[in-house]
Amino acid sequence: MELIISSSIGVLTAGGVYLLLRLRTFPVILGLALLSYAVNVFLFASGRLAIDQSPILSKYGEATYTDPLPQALVLTAIVISFGMTAVLVMIGLGAFLEADSDRIDITADDGETEDGGRA
Amino acid sequence: MSHGGTLLFLISLMPFIGALLPGIMIRAGRNVCAISTAIPTLIALTMLMVLAPGVMRGEVVQANIEWLPQLGLSASFFLDGLGLLFAAMILGVGLLITLYARFYLSGDDPMGQFFTFLLLFQGAMLGIVISDNILLLLIFWELTSLSSFLLIGYWKHLPEGRQGARMALAVTGAGGLAMIGGMLILGNIAGSYNLTDILRAGDAIRASDWYLTALILILLGAFTKSAQFPFHFWLPHAMAAPTPVSAYLHSATMVKAGVFLMARMWPVLSGTDAWFCIVATTGLVTMVVGALIALFKDDLKALLAFSTVSHLGLLTMLLGFGTTAAAVAAVFHIINHLTFKAALFMTAGIVDHEVHTRDIKRLGGLRHLMPITFVVGTVAALSMAGIPLFNGFLSKEMMLEEASHTDWWNSPYVVPVLATIGALLSVAYSLRFIFHVFLGPVRDDYPATPHDPPFGMWAAPALLVTLVIIIGVAPFLADGIVTAAASAVTGQDLHPHLKIWHGVTPALWMSIIAVAGGAVLLMQHGALEKIWNTLPRPEAKAIFDRLVAVLVATTRAITDVSHNGAVSRYLAIFTTTSVFLGYFAYTSSGLSAPTREMLPVAPVIAVGWLMLIVATASVVVMHHYRFRALVLIGIIGLSISAGFAYLSAPDLALTQISVETVTIMLLLLALHFMPKSTPKESSAGLRARDGVIALGAGGGVAALAHAFLIRDIETISDYHIANSYEGGGGTNVVNVILVDFRGYDTFGEIIVLGIAGLVIYAMMHALLDGPAARRLKNADYDNDRSRDRHPMMMVVVTRVLMPIALVVGLYIFLRGHNEPGGGFVAGLVVAIALLMQYMASGFAWTQERKKIEYHTMIGLGVVIAGLTGVGSWLAGAPFLTSSYTYVHLPPIEEFELATAMLFDLGVFLTVLGAVMLMLYSLSRIARFAGATVNVTPMDYDPSQQDQEEAKG
Repeated sequence: MELIISSSIGVLTAGGVYLLLRLRTFPVILGLALLSYAVNVFLFASGRLAIDQSPILSKYGEATYTDPLPQALVLTAIVISFGMTAVLVMIGLGAFLEADSDRIDITADDGETEDGGRA
Repeated sequence: MSHGGTLLFLISLMPFIGALLPGIMIRAGRNVCAISTAIPTLIALTMLMVLAPGVMRGEVVQANIEWLPQLGLSASFFLDGLGLLFAAMILGVGLLITLYARFYLSGDDPMGQFFTFLLLFQGAMLGIVISDNILLLLIFWELTSLSSFLLIGYWKHLPEGRQGARMALAVTGAGGLAMIGGMLILGNIAGSYNLTDILRAGDAIRASDWYLTALILILLGAFTKSAQFPFHFWLPHAMAAPTPVSAYLHSATMVKAGVFLMARMWPVLSGTDAWFCIVATTGLVTMVVGALIALFKDDLKALLAFSTVSHLGLLTMLLGFGTTAAAVAAVFHIINHLTFKAALFMTAGIVDHEVHTRDIKRLGGLRHLMPITFVVGTVAALSMAGIPLFNGFLSKEMMLEEASHTDWWNSPYVVPVLATIGALLSVAYSLRFIFHVFLGPVRDDYPATPHDPPFGMWAAPALLVTLVIIIGVAPFLADGIVTAAASAVTGQDLHPHLKIWHGVTPALWMSIIAVAGGAVLLMQHGALEKIWNTLPRPEAKAIFDRLVAVLVATTRAITDVSHNGAVSRYLAIFTTTSVFLGYFAYTSSGLSAPTREMLPVAPVIAVGWLMLIVATASVVVMHHYRFRALVLIGIIGLSISAGFAYLSAPDLALTQISVETVTIMLLLLALHFMPKSTPKESSAGLRARDGVIALGAGGGVAALAHAFLIRDIETISDYHIANSYEGGGGTNVVNVILVDFRGYDTFGEIIVLGIAGLVIYAMMHALLDGPAARRLKNADYDNDRSRDRHPMMMVVVTRVLMPIALVVGLYIFLRGHNEPGGGFVAGLVVAIALLMQYMASGFAWTQERKKIEYHTMIGLGVVIAGLTGVGSWLAGAPFLTSSYTYVHLPPIEEFELATAMLFDLGVFLTVLGAVMLMLYSLSRIARFAGATVNVTPMDYDPSQQDQEEAKG
């Protein structure tokens, strides 16, 4: 099971990083989404894996529970990463609508202002 | 802390507090503004005078407040003779300058700003001279650089002012950086950053291997500040400042900071060959070079600036000699130089102000037109020349006396001869100041009609020249303060007696030679100037500018390579670096043996895993087709939520699945306006490079995850599990952590989410006001549109589903405290239910039925969560302490009411509001892009069918 999880994290990270290095906004956003998955699972896994040990206290006597703290942290992280993705999407969309291009790189000809400084 | 210590604190604070006043007071007029500047200075000066008698008796006033004891930084001050001398100079001249500047500045100059800067500078300078902690001293040191930058560049419209300010900041700032290094070394050797401790550790410091390094670094700071050769060039350029600034900073105070520092460190650093070689030589060279250049400057202020350079060189040389007699001479000359040079600067300012030029070539004959100015200027200049009965003579005699028996490089002649030449040149330019400005025939081509200024303007220099004469005639009056300061410098109990007549000594002969030679030199000035102008001279400003240009070019070259605007390149560099750092950490530390058994893998999990891997690989391969990539992303998200559910994280599974839905909707909405495919534009090489980076990062993270997964940890969660029910009243530990144990975190997080929603809303509005709006209006999206945008099936089903979804949301919310669920998930579920209405029945239709604005909802949520937290204060408990009770209302089963639930309601509202606001904003753009408004829930109204058919 541990191998499954760590390999999944690895594959998600690799996919995320590859897409992150693309030149257009949309794949970059997708890459970030993949990377968010990877990070969330990574954080979750830092509480170690457990099956059938949900951190819901049992009314029927003693039971073992998995580590609830990483879960609480990851829960908010999932929601926050949605917020981040949304802001990024909006920035990407805005940039595309304003400039009619969804490239993420400033190229030499559109980055330089007249006095030689950076725009 | 003692009574005196408190006073000392107040003194150090007074200018900074005072700096708040002038900016406001200028509204009440220029006089009030000047007075409000003078008052804090006057108060500080008065308090200083209260402390003075004790200090003169040899006491040291101390004040100490621990600030960052871990760093050895404390706000500690001490006042000894040297500090008293300088503090009195700073505050006293500060008062005179305030008076002078009131009349000097014209009505167009922002006077409030000027006096604010002036007080800031005064506070910084005062801090330097009374700091007992060298870290604190360094802070004040940098503050003087900054505030003098503001003052030099005060006339922002003058390019010389801006360039001069920049140069001064670059040179003194660089020196300051060097000094930080030196001071830290010193502190480390002494084992304390307290000046008093360092002053006691002189022997250890001089014996240390690091002595020379520390010495050079500290001297770099002192030399740049005090404009010593070869760093002297910034001072003349700083003369672009208004004259009050020149008189204050560049004669009396700031440039003396370097001298002060050398004097302060004198017991620790002096007495070695290195000290003598560096300090005395630099001072000697500066003295001669400065005086030589001063002689040939036509600009009055430039002349005075180079003369200041020369005199600072003289002071440096005296301190460099390392003898107590020389130190006494230095202290005495500091006082004398202050009096005559500040008066001279003010005189130059008066001439400039009244004649509208300070070019010596256009002046002359002013003695009849400006008699008062003439007297003031002449007395001060004669003192600078070192003519008997003026105070400059006394300290110059002492200097020459010291020079006459100082060997340099085994030669007894070098120092006396050069010192005499320096004095001779000094006489020449001082006499030139008198003869070429005030004497000679009255001209008829002054730019303005010269006349004496109002009393307020000449009062300050007149007071200073009165001091010049008093000290010059009765030097014993200065005995007390010179004794106190010199004793503080040397750390010995000195009793110098200042007097005019020392008998016929070598120094007297040197003086006579200097005065006679100076007079001859002035007579030959015209001829000498021709020779001087033909000589090639290095132009310091040109060299400095070239250096700066080279520096800028180099940094720009580096920046252009590393920050060329290609975000993908930064990311590649960043990722690669992170991977290498991780690898380095991995190889340089050993791993303990694994302690955990691996869990077995169920077959269905293996299938899920395969799905995830294939989906991820497909996203990478097919990301050019954006819709397809989105679908695949959905698959990945779903597999992950299934994984959470399997691995005992039901809350995460619920959150993930609902967030997934919302994310996909959001991306779909955005994709509507964006290109539907990504062009293939990366070269194969680039793709290969990215592939390698990605595999490296993925492999690294996988290895890291695996490494910790098979090892145990110590967790703090046992506390949460044990106290969840008894302390928080809930059995769902994750939810209790969120709303109770770590409620403050959650509070912050919902605020972040709310802000994200508002940011998107604001960006949408900004977009619709800009060029994007035109593009949207002109774009043709009709081809993308479905013919039946609101299919009946969907409308009906979503209407039916709406109440069910809301009840599910409510249920998830209510059970959250004990079972998987809670505010986050409930908010998302309700958001999805509402979104379905938007999608099925159309934007306008839904919008019309919306009763509450989404911003309001975000605000309400945050307020409710916050008030819940505040509520616990009423119960006398810390912020966000929860309390709960069980309620039994027949016929419903017993249930729990907890304040945490109220908090969770806040979370719910914020999440709902933020998510809805985000998607609403994107939909608004669609409206702008020409999507038609539907009045009816369906494009096609079934009830109208018959009529349509009838028409058809």
